[in-house]
Amino acid sequence: MAKTHITLTVNGEAKELLVDPRELLIHTLREQLDVTGPHIGCETSHCGACTVDIDGKSVKSCTLFSVQANGADITTIEGLGTPDELHVLQQAFREHHGLQCGYCTPGMITRAHRLLQENPNPTEEEVRFGMAGNLCRCTGYQNIVKSIMAAAAEMNAAQEAAE
Amino acid sequence: MNDMTPSREDRVANLKGLGTSRKRVEDARFTQGKGNYVDDVKLPGMLFGDFVRSPYAHARVKAINTDEAMKVPGVLAVLTAKDLEPLNLHWMPTLAGDKQMVLADGKVLFQGQEVAFVVAEDRYAAADGVEAVEVEYEELPVITDPFHALETDIVLREDLEAGADGAHGPRKHHNHIFLWEEGDEAATEQAIGEAEVVAEEMVYYHRTHPCPLETCGAVASMDKVNGKLTVWGTFQAPHVVRTVASLLSGIEEHNIRVISPDIGGGFGNKVGVYPGYVCAIVASIVTGKPVKWIEDRMENLMSTAFARDYWMKGKISATKDGKITGLHCHVTADHGAFDACADPTKFPAGFFHICTGSYDIPVAYVGVDGVYTNKAPGGVAYRCSFRVTEAAYFIERMIEVLAIELGMDAAELRAKNFIKKEQFPYTSALGWEYDSGDYHTAWEKALKSVDYEGLRKEQAERVEAFKRGETRKLLGIGLTHFTEIVGAGPVKNCDILGMGMFDSCEIRIHPTGSAIARLGTISQGQGHATTFAQILASEIGISADSITIEEGDTDTAPYGLGTYGSRSTPVAGAATAMAGRKIRAKAQMIAAYLLEVHDDDVEWDVDRFVVKGAPERFKTMAEIAYASYNQAIPGVEPGLEAVSYYDPPNMTYPFGAYICVMEIDVDTGEHEIRQFYALDDCGTRINPMVIEGQVHGGLTEALAIAMGQEIAYDEIGNVKTGTLMDFFLPTSWETPNYTTDHTETPSPHHPIGAKGVGESPNVGGVPAFSNAVHDAFRAFGLRQSHMPHDHWRIWKTAHDLGLHG
Repeated sequence: MAKTHITLTVNGEAKELLVDPRELLIHTLREQLDVTGPHIGCETSHCGACTVDIDGKSVKSCTLFSVQANGADITTIEGLGTPDELHVLQQAFREHHGLQCGYCTPGMITRAHRLLQENPNPTEEEVRFGMAGNLCRCTGYQNIVKSIMAAAAEMNAAQEAAE
Repeated sequence: MNDMTPSREDRVANLKGLGTSRKRVEDARFTQGKGNYVDDVKLPGMLFGDFVRSPYAHARVKAINTDEAMKVPGVLAVLTAKDLEPLNLHWMPTLAGDKQMVLADGKVLFQGQEVAFVVAEDRYAAADGVEAVEVEYEELPVITDPFHALETDIVLREDLEAGADGAHGPRKHHNHIFLWEEGDEAATEQAIGEAEVVAEEMVYYHRTHPCPLETCGAVASMDKVNGKLTVWGTFQAPHVVRTVASLLSGIEEHNIRVISPDIGGGFGNKVGVYPGYVCAIVASIVTGKPVKWIEDRMENLMSTAFARDYWMKGKISATKDGKITGLHCHVTADHGAFDACADPTKFPAGFFHICTGSYDIPVAYVGVDGVYTNKAPGGVAYRCSFRVTEAAYFIERMIEVLAIELGMDAAELRAKNFIKKEQFPYTSALGWEYDSGDYHTAWEKALKSVDYEGLRKEQAERVEAFKRGETRKLLGIGLTHFTEIVGAGPVKNCDILGMGMFDSCEIRIHPTGSAIARLGTISQGQGHATTFAQILASEIGISADSITIEEGDTDTAPYGLGTYGSRSTPVAGAATAMAGRKIRAKAQMIAAYLLEVHDDDVEWDVDRFVVKGAPERFKTMAEIAYASYNQAIPGVEPGLEAVSYYDPPNMTYPFGAYICVMEIDVDTGEHEIRQFYALDDCGTRINPMVIEGQVHGGLTEALAIAMGQEIAYDEIGNVKTGTLMDFFLPTSWETPNYTTDHTETPSPHHPIGAKGVGESPNVGGVPAFSNAVHDAFRAFGLRQSHMPHDHWRIWKTAHDLGLHG
């Protein structure tokens, strides 16, 4: 099968690569680019373990062809923080026990990051609705919601302090 | 003691030991996307395997043509049963003493059964190869009803010799697997026959699936140069997998290394050995290259590890004033096409005979008939200790039905029949010795916390308002008091494939006073790296932050039976404490030598040995560790290491009181959880934060099971719920907030008194949700309806009760 040339920006780095037209973005990320933070849980867009941020939107990368992402700016969990400077959400998930097995966590935090861009001051109900595309089998969500609410409060406080 | 010495309180706090809500050490990796799950394993030259699966639930396989598949670019091999037969690997033993086809040998017995294994250069080529394999089937009549299975002439398992005994005794029909009995049936029948009040009901616990977010998978790598086979896999019991792999393949066990890396949830799904693992190993041996096999979600739901599917016919008897006199239960257990239940060998129905629950029932009988049908094999303990969820659901439904029969409040009926605190250790009518409990205290605390009387009053008013036409919503109060049995188990009666169900811990203290401990278990999200370090910190006086916990690599970890059935804390946790005590015993000798006193003249104080009566003279554990490596101490070997293999003297018996308050819309069948109160008693609490997280998660799985999740088949054996579109996993939107609470009744036989908690919320949660639904309709005559209580079923219940006018 003839491969297609695409360019992507992944976590701030420009990438050029050849992909099969039928290749799914999650496979390109995980297998070609070794970006293994996003996971595969269902391959039908239901579970959200593969969630990445594409041009400012939360996207389930298991049901998007890589060619469709040509030219896109992609952020994954690996691009949100660094070991020396974790993202507020990464800290909040640890602080409030918002994860157990860790399999949903990269997608969960990546989605939460976008949610807080869309709505910096959400109610609990808005968090629950905004996160409903990401499934977790371990936590029962209570501490995930708590983590996101706490991260929002912290980000807002930092924002206010800066202003 | 000089002024530089931290206070005792500070030293205790520094340990981050038992009872501390220590933050998890695992999280740094997971929150940064640096977990290492099986699908993250990438080896040079790695190939991918994928299955051709049966579209039919019962059919003869007339021919398999792989010619076209072999022409697909990138396809290297297609394995069928014929290829595995010379290796005697076309069938494999199951954990339940049966055997299972690895690849279809002449026929298929359930939809999704493995027929051929395509090996290719990448997963896309493998999928193309699967499409190109041509299989000729001849359809056979399908049996999906276990009651029908026991009457029909249709033989499902033609490989089994007619009339011959099975692994658990005589088989009374060609589709029968075993009859397993416990208790005194004659005495039970007599008690029920003479009783003033008897309630009878068929309680069905439907077929469902653990469905962890990560599916099952493996990477097998046969290194032909050094003769070593390495297998990474989603294994809840890696050491047992190594032993089984050795027995099946003939490769000596020291040449097999099994690694369970990070596991994305297990919940019982990853206990069994599946054809995918076997085929990946064979394919790697055949090709000499690493081979990866990863299930997709449909394959996961269709083929690996269903749970439950128990038809439980119960009779419970009592005096007029509500004292229970007897319990009789007969189960028709649908095991699917092969008996692949993951139970200790001697317990084909697991620990189902904990079904007398929290109650002092003088006489009881249980009989379980295992039956073959054209459904997937499995029967795993989905966040449960071997059929305990079924048992708890059964007794908690029977109590409710008896309450209806007696016209009595169900909370009062429970309290009247609880085993009393002073009766422990208590031997049940079905033979278990409950180690400890204080049910009345927990129950009273729970009822008071939710204002039970106020709720009942509100409910009665609601019923009146409903009858007057002022509301279309009913209020249900779901009660449960469950008793778990976990921590399998004593080697004298618990084994898996002959391996006693002990567990282990090996500790090495480093010269500078930090440590590594390795265990025979494997975390799948439970946070062992965090909590086992806490157990050890309290035992050996080294901060949990200075202790590394490792599990899952059979080349480095001591042999253990793995993590399932809430056994890690009761068994491996005990081994950890015992190994820690060995360290401390040696440390005492070293300390006494260094302090120039007799061994008996020093005593332990948090993180050090001090000279009795002279607290200013002490040696800290760090000082002792250093000395153990750099000084010749007469009569003491250098180094500071210990290992413990712990054979528990008994199971542990966590318990809890759960109350669910639910609003039900009679016209739409929708429900809303208004309140859920969960009191758990898991004995000594190691990490309250982790316990609370376990309870939240288990309750949400229970919510799913009770309110919508099922593996459903149509009459020709098609799986109707094979994707996450159809198979209900609650989102954050459907999931309520939970209120957690606890009492603390330590296990008398466990070294630190801990009992295990991971499965309690699933065991207790399902009856609490289900009882709430039933309770909402009690005033209108509902006795029993089948789970899952999805909107349609609740609507139908309301409709059948005439509530739609």
